[in-house]
Amino acid sequence: MPTRHLTDDELILHYYGEAAPVQEPDAAAHLEACGLCRGEYARLKRVLGVIDEKAVAIEPPPSFERTVWARLEPNLRPARRGWVSWLLMSPAPLGLAAAVVALVAGAFFAGRALSPAPAAPPDAAAAAAAIEQIRERILLSDLGAHLDRSQMALVELVSTGEDAAGDISSERSRAEQLVADNRLYRQTAEETGDAALSELLDDIERVLTEVAASPLSGSSRDLADVRRRIESRDLLFKVRVVSSEIRERQKTADQRQAGPRS
Amino acid sequence: MPQTDAAAVALARDGDSEAFRALVERHSRAVFRLAHRMTGNPSDAEDVVQDTFLKAYKQLGRFESRANFGTWLHRIAVNCSIDLIRARPHREASHDLADLEQFGAAEAADGQRPSPERLMLSTEVQARISGAMSALSPMERAAFVLRHFEGQSIEEISQALGLKTNAAKHSIFRAVKKRRHALEPLVAAPDLAGDAAHG
Repeated sequence: MPTRHLTDDELILHYYGEAAPVQEPDAAAHLEACGLCRGEYARLKRVLGVIDEKAVAIEPPPSFERTVWARLEPNLRPARRGWVSWLLMSPAPLGLAAAVVALVAGAFFAGRALSPAPAAPPDAAAAAAAIEQIRERILLSDLGAHLDRSQMALVELVSTGEDAAGDISSERSRAEQLVADNRLYRQTAEETGDAALSELLDDIERVLTEVAASPLSGSSRDLADVRRRIESRDLLFKVRVVSSEIRERQKTADQRQAGPRS
Repeated sequence: MPQTDAAAVALARDGDSEAFRALVERHSRAVFRLAHRMTGNPSDAEDVVQDTFLKAYKQLGRFESRANFGTWLHRIAVNCSIDLIRARPHREASHDLADLEQFGAAEAADGQRPSPERLMLSTEVQARISGAMSALSPMERAAFVLRHFEGQSIEEISQALGLKTNAAKHSIFRAVKKRRHALEPLVAAPDLAGDAAHG
């Protein structure tokens, strides 16, 4: 029998049954014989026992699998890249607006090409800048409208009574549409490096995805979870702040556009 | 009859998204529980769940059908959790044992050694447990969670974390010691003989 006491590490290995096979019988025998080590081992077991009793294993809500899939599935599809794909996948108003921009740009260059006696050489850089400004104004306008619609949806969800349950088909249908639009704006924000906007849109998307993935008759617990998520992340406040910033950016963009003509 | 994981993986590899969905539905809760223990935060845990399944989807071609899908997913979830913890701002810095020793000593010095009644204040114990968890480094937390809650062997943990066995062992030792320093003042009792708190 070893005369030295067991170290803390040896006690931990013994507790987890991870001591080397040749050492385990000695450790067990020593604990039988040594009150000091047995006391130390009891203290270790007590602490780890408390962790077992008190450590909370959070169980996700019943709709968890559905929500996970709803968020995951679009990201499993191969991403389309390029301006043309963005045009094709845009929410309807934005896609239409982008098509208008493309037509205007095309007409601009066609006019220049067909003009018999151009007054000055075509300024491609100025034309590109003008088109970019138009695009930015359209994007800001559409994003602002999307944030307003999202805000309304969030307000409705938060305002639903504490014990409310029942038919949420209209909320669900609105959430489904908003999720699709939101995803595109979020991807655009990620691609343009706007981290703050991307993070906000990600938060909105989680809530909307959860609602969109809910069963048609939502339980009061499902709705309470959604409300908690909105409130714990101050989501409504953040959406209002960003909406306000977007409106300011829109004003600046409008002024920039109007400036040269004045 | 529900598909086995191996069958679902084979179908998912061929582009069957419903097969992958079945895997997600079967394993997402377990991944969430693991991720929550490791990150301590339900929102981060949800992100880990997403990242885990995304990575698993992209790496399906590398999965060996003889292996256990759940264990493989576990490993990905552990890595995603560690990456996320490391990417966090420094509000959860790991504490040295010395810091925790000072904390424990301060309590003992001013005679605030808790009476057994304080044990009943489960919120205090909970707070200590959470605090002790956040004092662990990402690797220590991962090793402890995998050993203590998931029951994985040190050998399995070393493979999951990409560590040598000795390094995994020492991560567990440090984690347990830190937790003892944080919790022992609350759980110490005079009668230590023959304690059978844990089987």
